[in-house]
Amino acid sequence: MPRQLRSADVVVVGLGAAGGVSVQPLAEAGLDVVGLEAGTWLDRRDFAPDEIRNNYRDWPMLVKKTFNERMTSRATEEQSANRIGGHPMMNAVGGTTLHYWAQSWRLNPWDFRVVSETRRRYGAGRLPAGSTVEDWPFGYEELEPYYDRVEREIGVSGQAGNVRGDIDRRGNRFEGPRQRAYPMRPLRWTAYLERMADAARSLGWHAFPGPAAINSEAYQGRPGCGYHGFCSSGGCPLDAKNSPHLTTIPRALETGNLRVVPRAHVTTIEVDSSGRTTGVNYVTGNEEFFQPARVVLIAGYTYENVRLLLLSKSRAYPEGLANNHGQVGRHYLSHHQGAGVGALLPYDTGAWYGLPAQGVAVDDFADDNFDHSGLDFIGGGNLWAMSDRRPISAASMGTYGRGRNWGSAWKRFIRENVDRTHSFYIQKTTLPYEDNYLDLDPQYTDELGLPVIRITAQYKDNERAIAAYMQDRAEEWYRELGALEITRGGLGNTMGASTHAYGGTRMGDDPETNVVDRWGFAHEAPNLGVLGASVMGTSGARNPTLTVQALAWRTAQHLVDAWRDIAE
Amino acid sequence: MSDKPIDRRAISRRDLLKTAGAAGAAALIPGAAGAKEAPASVADTAAVRAGPAAAAAAPAGPLMNLTAAETELLSAMVDRLIPSDDMGPGALEAGALRYIDRALSEAESDSVEAYRIGLAALDRYARYSRGAPFLELSDEDKDSVLIDVQLGGATGAGVGFVGSSGAFFNMVKSHTWQGVFGDPMYGGNIDFIGWDLIGYPGARMRVSEQDQRELEAGQLPPARRSAYDYGQFQLIRGEED
Repeated sequence: MPRQLRSADVVVVGLGAAGGVSVQPLAEAGLDVVGLEAGTWLDRRDFAPDEIRNNYRDWPMLVKKTFNERMTSRATEEQSANRIGGHPMMNAVGGTTLHYWAQSWRLNPWDFRVVSETRRRYGAGRLPAGSTVEDWPFGYEELEPYYDRVEREIGVSGQAGNVRGDIDRRGNRFEGPRQRAYPMRPLRWTAYLERMADAARSLGWHAFPGPAAINSEAYQGRPGCGYHGFCSSGGCPLDAKNSPHLTTIPRALETGNLRVVPRAHVTTIEVDSSGRTTGVNYVTGNEEFFQPARVVLIAGYTYENVRLLLLSKSRAYPEGLANNHGQVGRHYLSHHQGAGVGALLPYDTGAWYGLPAQGVAVDDFADDNFDHSGLDFIGGGNLWAMSDRRPISAASMGTYGRGRNWGSAWKRFIRENVDRTHSFYIQKTTLPYEDNYLDLDPQYTDELGLPVIRITAQYKDNERAIAAYMQDRAEEWYRELGALEITRGGLGNTMGASTHAYGGTRMGDDPETNVVDRWGFAHEAPNLGVLGASVMGTSGARNPTLTVQALAWRTAQHLVDAWRDIAE
Repeated sequence: MSDKPIDRRAISRRDLLKTAGAAGAAALIPGAAGAKEAPASVADTAAVRAGPAAAAAAPAGPLMNLTAAETELLSAMVDRLIPSDDMGPGALEAGALRYIDRALSEAESDSVEAYRIGLAALDRYARYSRGAPFLELSDEDKDSVLIDVQLGGATGAGVGFVGSSGAFFNMVKSHTWQGVFGDPMYGGNIDFIGWDLIGYPGARMRVSEQDQRELEAGQLPPARRSAYDYGQFQLIRGEED
């Protein structure tokens, strides 16, 4: 029998991007909060600029939970699912924000209203066949105050493009109106990034610096970015990357109302006979505990949230917690970020000391920022040109058909060209479909013998059409830059595991098609809240983390405001 | 500022156990005698410092995880991947073998068998297809054998590669590149040979706007430091299990 612990007001499962933000408003409101985290505390002494450790030896998986539960994946039900080799989502206090790229975008207003806006502008027939996409239960304007709050609490640098309707040409003219500018100026550009921005402008596009949860200057007592080049899968040795482990979690701890329990691997959520949650079971070492709480907030990654619900079977929920409508695991999507475009340039780019969040964005072809009347898709992509290079991966570059990739001739090639490549990272609108979903794998288990998640999902015509269209735009940009060679990746088939995984516990007003309500609490189990991208029904064309954090803050604030209704 | 990487290699308890296990296993294998003093004898820094010629002439001593014969084969293969030539020193001088050997004791310990099997298959393929052991082939013939192996053309019954021969090639290439272009803390990239080859100015903690402008002008002097020379970083912490 697990050891029963003293009851808490709220137990938060996972202290990453979402849970790590939610604890601040909860603790500051005086609630007694327990944060259970499968990983440990890490700090800047752990974050050596070491490519072998960060990028080749799976440092993000140093706590083995993520590795042990790695998913299986297949494109369609007709196929058998293969287990993936590893996954970079990290178990740690602060979670994957310790090593993420930290691009901190707001979604654009269109992303909240894909269905109604498509109908209004192009007619209902333009919604892709088989898609289960819905409008969000609220619009961008509802989330704006929470975006604003999180941008200040964790610290986001960037250039505003629309402050209360006033367009600033230095920023993104397509963004939704914001109440004020970013708290920090954007990260700097290199000479090559300036050249890229000039090339985009000469094509008639609008280039601007992207937003990042990275200090561009001293902020909240921590220094500005050192641009050392090891940000991808690497922690920041200067504490300039604004993970919750440096910001919202310490603030929650200062109130005395948060207890952080590291190495707590949550296995199941318990419910009473009426279907209300009563707490969670966790394992640490070989010991089992039961943490009772009046409210349970699950805040794992998308795969972890869905899995935890599906594993928590009971008399009230025979198919998994909050799954009596069969919606847990549905409306799943992996952000389409593949179908990349790369180029060999006739000049050096000076990219050795950049970071992925330092770059030039073009939003002209994202969302519904352009007329789709004559096109065969809806949505689009955000073109992101970043400055990022490290020696092992750089020396492993393709040779663009100019000889084999080893030997004496290669030494000459690499010496000349190692700093002359560039590739686009194109995030594209990705929709949910009726036959794309997550469930429990019938064969593979973790080290505790519990089934892992099986992904059954593939990109459809709409995603592939966007990919082809965006590759053409990227190619135009590279031609303008004088590229010698250009390569294009495939348009995408199997969705597979992703660091931008959405859905599975979608948010919406209709309990027939959504797991959680507009506040993030389960329709079926009202004292169960869900934080994370698993509640998002659309991806937009940009990184999800800031939206995840704004939603987490909003759900936590709602819990504070409606405590009696939810907890009692 | 040091011009030589300081080996502050951090070894966790688990790594020590693994290393002990691997060395113990190696000691049971004929030809692996002397495994205990192996690390210092492989691509020894002093030998390398005497120059590429001396390093090439120095016999590749036994590694902790491979026999002397296997080490010779691996050495010959790695030498063709990034040769020492008029462009400067190559993978052997950079300590790629020492890197691979240490990796096989730690993070890549699951790959020891893949090296054993692959190296035997490489030599068998050289005999079958070129009529001589790999070590006795000319550089041109070694390269043509390696091209076959890379492209999967050496796959087939009787040769002995597990799966495609290309998988073995890619594994050795990947580890060689890690050894040549990775942080010197892991035993490779001796004297920053790899970083100098590609013009990478080295691990830094802060890069100012002025540094960036110098980089763009090709005037930023190399830092010539391992990440672990900066003194801030502690041991690599892995999960205890």
